[in-house]
Amino acid sequence: MDFDALLLSRLQFAFTLAFHIIFPAFTIGLASFLAVLEALWLITKTDSFRRLYLFWVKIFAISFGMGVVSGVVMSYQFGTNWSVFSAVAAPVIGPLLAFEVLTAFFLEASFLGVMLFGWRKVGPGLHFAATVLVALGTLTSAFWIISANSWMQVPTGYVRLPDGSLRATDWVQVIFSPTFPYRLAHMVLAAYLSTALVVGAASAWRLLRDAGEAESNIALRMAIGMFAIVAPLQLVAGDLSGKQVFRLQPAKLAAIEAFWVSRAEQPLHLVAWPDRAQETNHLAVEIPKLGSWVTAGHASAYVRGLKSFPPADRPPVFIVFWAFRIMVGLGVAMIALGLWGAWLAWRSAPERNRAFLRACVVMGPFGFVAVIAGWVVAEVGRQPYTIYGVLRTEQSVSPLRAGEVSLSLLAFIVTYAIIFSVGALYILRLIAEGPSPSPHEDTEPPRRGRPPGYALGAAPDQPEPAP
Amino acid sequence: MNLDLPLVWAGIIAISVLMYVLLDGFDLGIGILFPFARTPAERDLMMDTVAPIWDGNETWLVLGGGGLFAAFPLAYAALLPALYVPILIMLMALIFRGVSFEFRLRGRRTGKRFWTGAFAHGSIIATLAQGFVLGGFIQGVTLRGGQFAGAPFDWFTSYSVIVALGLVAGYALLGATWLVWRTEGETHERARRFAWAAAGAVAVLLAAVSVATLAVHPQIAARWGLQDGRIDWSQLAPRLPIPALGGFGLALIAFALSRRTHVWPFFGAILVFASGYLGLAVGFFPYVVPYSLTFRDAANADNTLAFLLAGGVVLLPAIIGYSLWVYYVFRGKVGADAGFYH
Repeated sequence: MDFDALLLSRLQFAFTLAFHIIFPAFTIGLASFLAVLEALWLITKTDSFRRLYLFWVKIFAISFGMGVVSGVVMSYQFGTNWSVFSAVAAPVIGPLLAFEVLTAFFLEASFLGVMLFGWRKVGPGLHFAATVLVALGTLTSAFWIISANSWMQVPTGYVRLPDGSLRATDWVQVIFSPTFPYRLAHMVLAAYLSTALVVGAASAWRLLRDAGEAESNIALRMAIGMFAIVAPLQLVAGDLSGKQVFRLQPAKLAAIEAFWVSRAEQPLHLVAWPDRAQETNHLAVEIPKLGSWVTAGHASAYVRGLKSFPPADRPPVFIVFWAFRIMVGLGVAMIALGLWGAWLAWRSAPERNRAFLRACVVMGPFGFVAVIAGWVVAEVGRQPYTIYGVLRTEQSVSPLRAGEVSLSLLAFIVTYAIIFSVGALYILRLIAEGPSPSPHEDTEPPRRGRPPGYALGAAPDQPEPAP
Repeated sequence: MNLDLPLVWAGIIAISVLMYVLLDGFDLGIGILFPFARTPAERDLMMDTVAPIWDGNETWLVLGGGGLFAAFPLAYAALLPALYVPILIMLMALIFRGVSFEFRLRGRRTGKRFWTGAFAHGSIIATLAQGFVLGGFIQGVTLRGGQFAGAPFDWFTSYSVIVALGLVAGYALLGATWLVWRTEGETHERARRFAWAAAGAVAVLLAAVSVATLAVHPQIAARWGLQDGRIDWSQLAPRLPIPALGGFGLALIAFALSRRTHVWPFFGAILVFASGYLGLAVGFFPYVVPYSLTFRDAANADNTLAFLLAGGVVLLPAIIGYSLWVYYVFRGKVGADAGFYH
C-alpha cells in the first residue's frame, strides 16, 4: 500500500464530501420551503407566495444541479478510491445505498423536471405534487445516507464470517443502528436551519435596501420562525446524539472533549490546545465537573479519557475538538439570533432593525459551516476506522498510486472552485434581482424558442457569440 | 421456488446500463452536436428538448454505480480502481456539462459563452471517457487477490480509442434522431443531416469495433465461432441475429429519414445500440470483470441480493412508470412557433 495514496484519497474524500454536503443540506431545506410556499399560495391565493416560489425555485435549480453532479462523484468514489472498504461493507450496506438511488434519486430527478419546467404543462395540483415529491425525495435520500453512515459509526445486525467477510443478520438492526434516529434528526434539522439562515440573509439583505418589500418581509418572518423553533430543537437533538456517542463511541467522545485521563468529575474544556504527542492539553480554560455533566448527564460520572485507548486507536484530537466547538458555537449564535428575531417580531418590526438585519446577513453562510464542522466531528472522530471497530481506514483504500490520486484531487479542487464560485455568483445575482417579477417573466409569449411557463423564463436574454 | 439471485441481478444491472446508454446517450448527443448548431437560438432549442429530463436520465448512471456496489461488490471493487483515470475524467466532464444546463441561463455574455462551451466539451469528453471505460472493460482487467493489480493506463490502447470514437458517433446518432423527433423547421432539417452523417459514422465505426474486437480478443472471437482462422457455424449461426438487428436498425434509420418520418429514426438508433450491446454481452458473458471474475464470483451474499430484490421489484416498475409519465408531460415538438404547450 502506498501511504501517500492513502493520505491523498482521504483528502480527496473529505474535500469532495465537504463540498457536496452543502448542496443536499440546502436543497433538503429549500425543497420543503418551496412545498410550503406553494401550498400557501394554493390555499391563500396570495400572489406574494407565488412570487416567492418562483424566486426561490430558480436558486433551488442552481443548487440542485450542483448537488447532483457532486453526488454522482460520491457514488463512484467508494469504488475508485475505497475498493477494499466497498468489497467488505457491501454485503451489509450495499442495499442501503442502492435503495437511496431507487427511492430518492429517481424521484427527485424525475419530478424536478416537472417542478422546474412544468409550471404551465400540468395543473396546479400536479405541480404541487411534483414539488412535494421532490421534497420527499430529498428527505428519503437523507434517510438512507445517514442510515449507511450510522452503521459505519456503530455497526449492528451483522456477523463476521471465518473468512473475514461480513453478513447481515438483521436488516432492521442494520438500517436502524443505535445512533441513526438521533443523527437523522440532527441532520434534517441542520438542513432546515442552514436553509432558513440563507433565506433570512437574502431577505434581510433586500430589506436593508427596501424595508417595504412584501415578499422579503414574509420570507424574513418565516426564517425567524425557523430560527426560533429549530435552533433550540437542534440543541436537544445534538445533545441526544452526543449521549449516544458517550455510550457507543467513547474514543470519539474523549476526542470531542479532549479528555486524556479517565476519571469522574471531568472538567469541561471551553478552549484548549490538545497535544497528541504529550497526551495533554495546553492553555486549557476549563470548568470543573461540567464535562461529566454535559457528556454523561451528571457531574460525578466517570468518563473515559484518550489514554485508556492504545495510541493507534485514537482519533485526531485537535481537529475533532475544534470542529465540535465551531459547530456548537455557531449553534448558540443561531439560538441567539432566533430569540432576538422572535422578540423583534413580537414587539416591533424586525425589518426596521438594521442591526438585526445585518446580523442575519452575516449569519447566512454559517449554517453550512456548522454542517461541515459537524461532519468533521462525525467522520474524523470515527478514525482510525471506516467501519468502527471492524475495518481500519488504512486497510480500506484502493490499490492506487499517489500520482493518479494527486492529479484527481487537484482536478477536483480546480473544478469545484470554478463551479462553486460561479454558482454562488449566479445565486447572489438572483438575490440582487429579488423576488419582484421582472418585466417579461411568466407573462410574455415564448421568446427565442424558450417555452412559456418555463419557470426560469426571467433568465437574461443576451445574444450569444458562436462558441 | 429458488430464484437464481445473481443471474436476476446480472440481468437488472445489464438493463440499467443499457437504459443509461440509451437515455443519457441522446442528451449527451445533444452536447456532441452543439458545435454544429448554426445560431444561439438553435442551441437553446436543442437544450430545451432535454432540459426537463436529462437529470432522470443520468440517474441511471448512479444506479449503475450504486447497483454494481450493492449486487456485485467485487466487480465494483475491481473495475473502478482499474478504470480510475477515465472514470474520474468522465465525472469531471459530467460536472461541467450538468451544471451548464442552469448556468447557461444565468450567465451574461462571457458566462453564457463559457457554459455553452462547457456543455459541448463536457458532453464530448464524458462520452470519450465512457468509451475508454468500455474499451478498457472489454480488454479485461488484471487482478491479484480480487483487487486491481495492473497499471494506471492499461485502458488506453488503440482498440479503446476506436471504441471511444464509436461511442461518440453513436451518442451523436441518438441525439440527432432525438432532435428529428422533437424539433421542427430549420433545426429539424439540420437534425436530419446530422442523423445521416452520424448514421454513416456509426455504420463504419461499428464495423471497425466489431472487427477489432474479434481481432484483438481471441476469447470473444471464439464465442462467435471464429478460431484459428476457421469458422464454426454451429457457434456463429445462432448469434447472427444480433448483427442482423444492427443492420436492420441502420436500414430503418435510412428508410425513415428518406421517408421523412419523425419518430422512427430514433427507434432505429435504439436498435443499433441494442445490437452492439448484445453483441458485446455475448462475447464476455458470464464475466463481469473480463476475464477474471464471473457474475457468480462477484455476486453479493444471497441474503443481501434477496433483500435488494424485495425492494427492487416494487421500486423499479414505479420508477419506469413515473419516468414514462414525465416523458409524456414533455411530449411533442419543442419549438418557438407551435406545439410544446398545448
